[in-house]
Amino acid sequence: MRELILPWQELSVLVPLIGAIAVRCLRDSDRAYRWSVALCTLTLSFAVGEWIDFGLLHAFEAHDHWDFLKYVFHADIFVIDELNAPLLPLAALLYLMTVLSTLRTKMNRFSFASTLFSEAVLLATLSCRHPLVIIGLCAVAIIPPWLEIRGRGHCTRAFGIHMSLFVAMLFGGWLLLPDNLVGHPENNASPAVLAAGAMLTAAALLRSGIVPVHCWMTDLFDKATLGTALLFVSPMTGAYVVMRMVLPIAPLWALQSIAVVSLFTSVYAAGMALVQTDARRFFCYLFLSHSSLVLVGLELLTPIGLTGALCVWISVGLAMGGFGLTLRAVESRIGRFNLIQYRGLYEHTPTLAALFLMTGLASIGFPGTIGFIGTELLIEGAVGVFPLIGTAVVIAAALNSIAVLHAYFRIFTGTKYTVSISLTVRPSERIAVVALAALIIGGGLFPQPGVASRYHAALELLRHRDPAAAVQETMGHDVPESAKTTSHDELTDRELSENL
Amino acid sequence: MTPDEFYYAFGIGVVAAPAVLLAVFGLTSLVGLPLSERSMSKFTEASVVIGLISAVAILGMMLALDDRHVPLEIGNWVAIPQQHFHFHLKLVFDRLSVPFVILSFVLCGTIGAFASRYLHREPGFYRFFLCYAFFLLGMVISTLAGTIETLFLGWELVGLSSALLVAFFHDRLNPVRNGLRVWTVYRIADAAFLLAALSLHNLTGAGDFDGLMGTGAWPEGHATITESNALLVGLLLLVAAAGKSALIPFSGWLPRAMEGPTPSSAVFYGSLSVHLGAFLLLRVSPILEVSVVLSGIVVLVGMTSAVFGALTARVQTDIKSALAFASLTQVGIIVAEIGLGLRYIALIHIIGHACLRTLQLLRAPSLLHDYHSMENAIGSHLPHRKSLWERVLNVRIRHWFYRFALERGYLDAVLDEYIVRPFCATFRWCNRMEKKWTDFLSRGADEKP
Repeated sequence: MRELILPWQELSVLVPLIGAIAVRCLRDSDRAYRWSVALCTLTLSFAVGEWIDFGLLHAFEAHDHWDFLKYVFHADIFVIDELNAPLLPLAALLYLMTVLSTLRTKMNRFSFASTLFSEAVLLATLSCRHPLVIIGLCAVAIIPPWLEIRGRGHCTRAFGIHMSLFVAMLFGGWLLLPDNLVGHPENNASPAVLAAGAMLTAAALLRSGIVPVHCWMTDLFDKATLGTALLFVSPMTGAYVVMRMVLPIAPLWALQSIAVVSLFTSVYAAGMALVQTDARRFFCYLFLSHSSLVLVGLELLTPIGLTGALCVWISVGLAMGGFGLTLRAVESRIGRFNLIQYRGLYEHTPTLAALFLMTGLASIGFPGTIGFIGTELLIEGAVGVFPLIGTAVVIAAALNSIAVLHAYFRIFTGTKYTVSISLTVRPSERIAVVALAALIIGGGLFPQPGVASRYHAALELLRHRDPAAAVQETMGHDVPESAKTTSHDELTDRELSENL
Repeated sequence: MTPDEFYYAFGIGVVAAPAVLLAVFGLTSLVGLPLSERSMSKFTEASVVIGLISAVAILGMMLALDDRHVPLEIGNWVAIPQQHFHFHLKLVFDRLSVPFVILSFVLCGTIGAFASRYLHREPGFYRFFLCYAFFLLGMVISTLAGTIETLFLGWELVGLSSALLVAFFHDRLNPVRNGLRVWTVYRIADAAFLLAALSLHNLTGAGDFDGLMGTGAWPEGHATITESNALLVGLLLLVAAAGKSALIPFSGWLPRAMEGPTPSSAVFYGSLSVHLGAFLLLRVSPILEVSVVLSGIVVLVGMTSAVFGALTARVQTDIKSALAFASLTQVGIIVAEIGLGLRYIALIHIIGHACLRTLQLLRAPSLLHDYHSMENAIGSHLPHRKSLWERVLNVRIRHWFYRFALERGYLDAVLDEYIVRPFCATFRWCNRMEKKWTDFLSRGADEKP
């Protein structure tokens, strides 16, 4: 396996981890804020460095230089590949934006130490390919929000039951999985593999909030701080678990069944978002609808669908992250609010209104934003596999767009909100706004590099799952018989690059 | 420079002018450095003039060189060649797009100049011109689109700017509610458009209008798809066009759109945006030719909308709504003309109607003032002569028609009653059940609710 020039992954996990301990010792919330911003910025720079370094290697996977974990455990625990390379900077960026846009009004309730710890765990999870370590990290990631809900005096039972079930099924599925599982997933149809696959799938769907096991998500948004809830769901760890643990073993029919369930969730959540009167629950359902669309694409197992899903994963992460941060900024100003009244905040914060609209439109794939091409690919992939049911993606997108504008009107229009203090956007918030806007618009105007990279990742993922089919797709469906029997080992990275 | 290079330079100029305008307004807004009213007016003026000159120059060259079809390849915005996925950016200058883009620049320029005075010192001046820039770019892209994806791109920009401008007067609830309603109809239309685009892609392997419509410059192209496929795709496109042009059953949004400021009502819903659906049908008119059933449905929808508009316009109590329904009447006739294959007549009708309606809407406020002056001068209402219908039809029938027209054909009521209300009721029930389930899991109330 190729090596990066620095131990980027270990550094990007270590910095927030040590930072969490240091920030925990600080008593002054202003200092904790400044330290957290600095640490998150450093973590982001390591994550970006890692992505660039990996891009320059032109390899499917690589690991850290001076890999300490490998030295200790004699195994590649942290691996960067086409799938997680952009997810790491995305996760680090979301944390930085969340911390950066935390106003003084929120500082007493929002734990910076816990946030840094969660960031370290998340980056470790996304860097990891070893199933048991992923399971362990997923379990650890549950602790900070659980503690926060308890600390705020709310009942943790709904969240606890769902998350315990998630970890139990993940672990149970992993235990049931035979060690010597090799070859094509369609050939691994023994009862043990099916049971393991079913448990792992159920766990991943639960973590992704697929209907009917999604109520923990609304409960989390109800009871935790918005920042914590946002950071727990927006990196889409459930989708990552699907890619790492379910995709390699599940047969095609099972994956496409998951796609149909996800499609239903997407439409259902979009409909639910339209009737919500609480802003947080509205966001939760809107996010759920979008994250389900990502799952739809991931399970289609066609290059177009998978490319679309990987693109939408990034765009939804950015757009919905920005959208959630805007809601959080509004909450910081007027407190927790409902969507029954018209708030009339436009005159106070036109910049936040613009960001709200921009991120909302980006999430639904509006032209000129980062989500546009990904959504087009996803729709094309879905309609290609399910000509009739696939149109539900279009329906979900339409409902989501109505929900976004509905919320925009409720928050920013109406009689001007009367207040004795200034509610204008703060400099730190403006930095976050401009950075997100640049990424959303930049990614929308110049989508080719991102799409090409995601297409390459999609092909590699398909190749790892089913080498012959990947070759067929790569060569445009016109494959000689000899190529169809090419084994995984015979198809080198170089050959694949040449095909591309 | 060769003629092709001239075409390319002017073609880029037509699109770049509004794109730069949008970039300037958008960026200055985002970084918190808004321009002055004067600067915005000047930028708008410059953008429209550059775009218009470029479009007229292309028209001049096409006439001089006897070119009827000038495609400008900008290239692939996104391409995955192995999967035959291309998002191809291509502009087409032909007998349909050139008159339409010139019309767009002329009317938008007029409205820009009018609005800079009409909205002087209004709190939403900046917002209006930002939406205006979106609209102008959207119109230009839609008009010149050489591929169905490019057309969709412009189509979406027009939709967003229209909905935001209907809700321009933020502090009043009715404009905001109407803005959301317009957006909802547009999104349904957009969904139909997207599905039509995907179907066309799957049927023909490309979204290029040249490929879709076979050989021959507009309007002589012949579609290369089967009758059944043409019917399917055509119906989806008809839904898209009906949403955008407020044809039946989506007509309810048109008078609601008049809640926006007069300049936007004039240029968007009175003249340009409302014709975009008809433009789409004109652009894909070779598909209509393939299926007689489809053509018949288009004629039927057009004529029904025209009759509905004519009836409803007569009972409106405000001038903008009356003009909106009068617009609908003409748009319905234009759609029927397209269904009958009268493409040039439809195009001329669009241009004439758009200019007339813009003038009428801009004149509307002062016209009312003039009427009042005249009535004050003669000391009574202006004389009213009975129409033919009043003399021929009995009172009961006339009252029935009056109520029908006053309620705008009950279209909104039907949509609300049979689609919106059941939809919301279902999801509200689901919401209640979910809350009960979560409460049950949380053992009832929290320690700290």
